[in-house]
Amino acid sequence: MSLVKLFQKIRSTGRIAEPSQPGPGGLACPKAAQLGGSVQLRHIDTGSCNGCEIEIGSAFGPVYDAERYGARLVASPRHADALLVTGAVTHNMAQPLCRTVAAAPHPRIVIAVGDCACGDGVFADAYGVRGPVSGTVPVDLRIPGCPPEPTTIIRALRGLTGR
Amino acid sequence: MTPAALLVTAIQVVAVVAFAPVVVGLMRQVRARLEGRAGAGIGQPWRDLRKLLRRQPTTPEGTGWAFRLAPLILMGTTLVIAAAVPLLTTAPVLGPAADLLVVVGLLALGTVVLALAALDTGTAFGGMGASREMMVLALAEPTILLGVFALSARTGSTNLGGIVSATLDDPARLVTPASLLAAGALAVVVVAETGRLPVDNPSTHLELTMLHEAMVLEYSGTDLGLVELASSVRLTVLLGLFASLFVPWGISGAGLAGLPLALAALAGKVGILATALAGTEVFLAKLRMFRVPELLAGSFVLALLAVCASFLLA
Repeated sequence: MSLVKLFQKIRSTGRIAEPSQPGPGGLACPKAAQLGGSVQLRHIDTGSCNGCEIEIGSAFGPVYDAERYGARLVASPRHADALLVTGAVTHNMAQPLCRTVAAAPHPRIVIAVGDCACGDGVFADAYGVRGPVSGTVPVDLRIPGCPPEPTTIIRALRGLTGR
Repeated sequence: MTPAALLVTAIQVVAVVAFAPVVVGLMRQVRARLEGRAGAGIGQPWRDLRKLLRRQPTTPEGTGWAFRLAPLILMGTTLVIAAAVPLLTTAPVLGPAADLLVVVGLLALGTVVLALAALDTGTAFGGMGASREMMVLALAEPTILLGVFALSARTGSTNLGGIVSATLDDPARLVTPASLLAAGALAVVVVAETGRLPVDNPSTHLELTMLHEAMVLEYSGTDLGLVELASSVRLTVLLGLFASLFVPWGISGAGLAGLPLALAALAGKVGILATALAGTEVFLAKLRMFRVPELLAGSFVLALLAVCASFLLA
């Protein structure tokens, strides 16, 4: 029976989350001061190749488990304290990006994830690209890497939660 | 209304509100451990709420009074329910006025107000969430009524406190067919009313699988904090009511003497029920939307059988 199999699987697997690394020792951004150990994130893809999405997905997966530090992905920018923006901003996604940022309550933190969002990725001069995220909305925090590793993303997020 | 009863009711409301986010945190932690994750700890929902309650609420363009008032009315009805149901004592202050019909009505009022607010936003997901929530509500409320009628038929009263004290006087009635069938029916309804798997998925990010979450997508800051606190209090109160109806031991009478024991018993019972619910959820997938009525109709049939059994077999 599949229920019994699943129960045995849970028992034999045990804990797969990697041991927690030492804490960030301070906040990465002054706007994070009032968050108090809880950051809700909304992810926006403005023209990414999906590399950064896979890394964000694994950062919140069971192995790296970013949720243990108080970060959580949410379904609406209105619930979000911080926005994770991935990819170079394409012409078509510039307006949706502006609207999403405007929908988030103040004080909102915009995080550019990956080299494309920071401005020097492989798509920087492509014909459909308007520019880096900072050319469209103000950016508070940058996570470089092509793509950034889950540990890099988590280190940056722990700078916001302070845990 | 004696000062002691007033004090006990006040303690009940404060305890439930303080304890409710911890119940949600406990359920998330149980689930995280079973999935092999470390989990955020049982205090995380309180950290989220503390932050949300001091953040700026936003008002989307084009929304009116229904959107702005809904979190307040939802929280208000929830607090009245928390004061009325017998959790710590069989005789809360609102006990005589607040029988089963009032509690079910207040539950429905909170849900309807939130659905109106979701319609008020004019977004596709708000309307979809509202229509789905109304479908679940329309199927779940009759089952709550019938399920508790099965228990009240022998007591001759729909007063919840009366039912609980009658059960305490005669525990043998808990193992009758009527009581067991009603327990089965109410368990399904509690799951549906509080938006847990397999009816709704509280941690989903996919708008198409949402019920409750789809209705609150436009709320932010303080308003969102109130809605989340209210839904966790509703979960705790319904679990506590289920425990009071079917495992009533530990509840104190009108006096203050049994209060510490009653608090410990309530925390223990709700904690065990929440852990069991979260543990079960790991083994379940969300039902297709069109299969949900079948589940709820099944629980309605159980409740109907419970009512029949309580008349025919008693």
